[in-house]
Amino acid sequence: MRKVGTALGCLLILLWCLLPVAWIVSLSFKSQTAITNGSPGFLPASGDSAGWQNYKDVLDNEQFRRAIFNSIGISLIATALSVIIATLAAYAIARLEFKGKKFVLTTALVIAMFPVVSLVGPLFDMWRAFGLYDTWPGLIIPYMSFTLPLAIWTLSAFFREIPWEMEQAAQVDGATSWQAFRKVIVPLAAPGVFTAAILTFFFAWNDFVFGISLTSTERARPIPAALSFFVGADPFNRPASLLAAGAVVSTIPIIIIVLIFPAQDRRRPHLRRSEGLSRGFHRDEEHRQEVR
Amino acid sequence: MTTLAEAPQRRQEREVHVSDRAKAETRLGQRLVAPAIILMLVVTAFPMLRALYLSLFNYSLTAPEDRDFVGLSNYLTALTDPLFWKTTGVTVLYMVVTVSIELVIGFAFAMVMHRVIFARGVIRTSILIPYGIITVVSGFAWQFAFSFQNGFINNWLPFIDSDFNWFGQTTPAVIAICVSEIWKTTPFMSLLLLAGLAQVSEDMIEAAKVDGATWWQRLWRVILPNMRAAIMVAVLFRALDAYRIFDNIFVMTAGAVNTESISFLTYRQTIEQFQLGIGSALSVLLFLSVLVIAGLIVKVFRVDLAAARQEG
Repeated sequence: MRKVGTALGCLLILLWCLLPVAWIVSLSFKSQTAITNGSPGFLPASGDSAGWQNYKDVLDNEQFRRAIFNSIGISLIATALSVIIATLAAYAIARLEFKGKKFVLTTALVIAMFPVVSLVGPLFDMWRAFGLYDTWPGLIIPYMSFTLPLAIWTLSAFFREIPWEMEQAAQVDGATSWQAFRKVIVPLAAPGVFTAAILTFFFAWNDFVFGISLTSTERARPIPAALSFFVGADPFNRPASLLAAGAVVSTIPIIIIVLIFPAQDRRRPHLRRSEGLSRGFHRDEEHRQEVR
Repeated sequence: MTTLAEAPQRRQEREVHVSDRAKAETRLGQRLVAPAIILMLVVTAFPMLRALYLSLFNYSLTAPEDRDFVGLSNYLTALTDPLFWKTTGVTVLYMVVTVSIELVIGFAFAMVMHRVIFARGVIRTSILIPYGIITVVSGFAWQFAFSFQNGFINNWLPFIDSDFNWFGQTTPAVIAICVSEIWKTTPFMSLLLLAGLAQVSEDMIEAAKVDGATWWQRLWRVILPNMRAAIMVAVLFRALDAYRIFDNIFVMTAGAVNTESISFLTYRQTIEQFQLGIGSALSVLLFLSVLVIAGLIVKVFRVDLAAARQEG
């Protein structure tokens, strides 16, 4: 009885997660005429399928290509820089005693709660004065500072779990301190850094408010903003199937990351704690499973 | 004799040494956190102070020379305008509806994920998909799904006419926006709740079972009270996030038929209409209301905690 319930629950979760994705993929293969004729149903009808035409049109669109390029570049740079800075801070928070530690953690928490829109006005004004408006750094800087809190909290929770004595043990065994750090601590810390990087990338790739407010041309406009401006004047006559194809294309990097994530996790079975976004809390659960 | 005389001296040396080390540690720690703290303050604290300053001026980017000091009159204008209260009301509605539904569904999902042993990876991977997908994309997906021209929802719901326009009136449009928001963020809620669920001791649940507690009693008396911290964190994060709802509304209705949120109003004033003065006042009000909500949630859960203690 219980097993049936759990299986049913799993099915519901999968349906919940994948149904809208299946719908947008299906929409992306419909022809524009099928859509304007009205109510074409969930799946593309056999005669009305557009094949890969929508995808070809999207990838041929200069604005769209540029937006993807912007998004990839901006998100990757913001992720790399944010993770480096967060790693330094998290290491200090987890391992050192120093004045101002509480201040850092509180600031990070307050910023995590910050309504992004309330900063857009003054940033718009400031970035225009500094020449950062409509440039890559103009988006990278806000993305970095808004992902730092989550990255710092995730990483410092992770670093606290690392048995730092192992570093000394390796040194006793004859390794230099650099070797000890590289061979022992870096592999242990890597999954945590990876988790923080994913969260940062998700944020940067997802951002919309900064994307539409701090850019005005194709120079720096990221993909979510480009998609929303692809709409045209009449919100009720959007090129639905074309937009759906664009939406699917913009989701591919996320799918790749989501698929790499558990693989990365499985490679380090001794650090299963990095599983899921809620890692750091799983210790009890795993302990229980080991006991079983 | 000599050892006795030397001992205090040595201790003193060690103390000096320790405090030197402590100082060096403080210096190193502060240096390591400096880039993060500077960056966070440059992008948040400084613009917020600037917003506070600009909110005291009548300042429009279309006429920058006419900028003049008006004191608190921007706040007065905002707070006496029915539009402000209407958008605040809608925003609170979005927040209450989405967070309460997400709490229930997210908890159910967390219970399932907690029990699942087979296909664990598949479930956790797929639950990351709605979380990772761009909000704009999920907004489009749901907008097209609800559309009477190219959607399927009207066909699937038996009690709805096939040509019903969800985006023509406030209530259906708000429902559509909430559905999109709930779909997107329930996974986040359930992952946080799953973490909390993992912290509830299995022994306690077993003990309650032995004592003859029903499933319902175990849920309300053992599981939920022990998850209070996790539930609070989940509700707090989601509520603050829902209060600044923007992307879905922008994509699905562009603020038409009274679906505009307070974030949307602020965006429209500052970026579209270049009214930096009144826009900054709205920014400050938005920030203050987020603080109030955070305070309220923390307070509510604390009261709950005391009540539960008396009950037990």
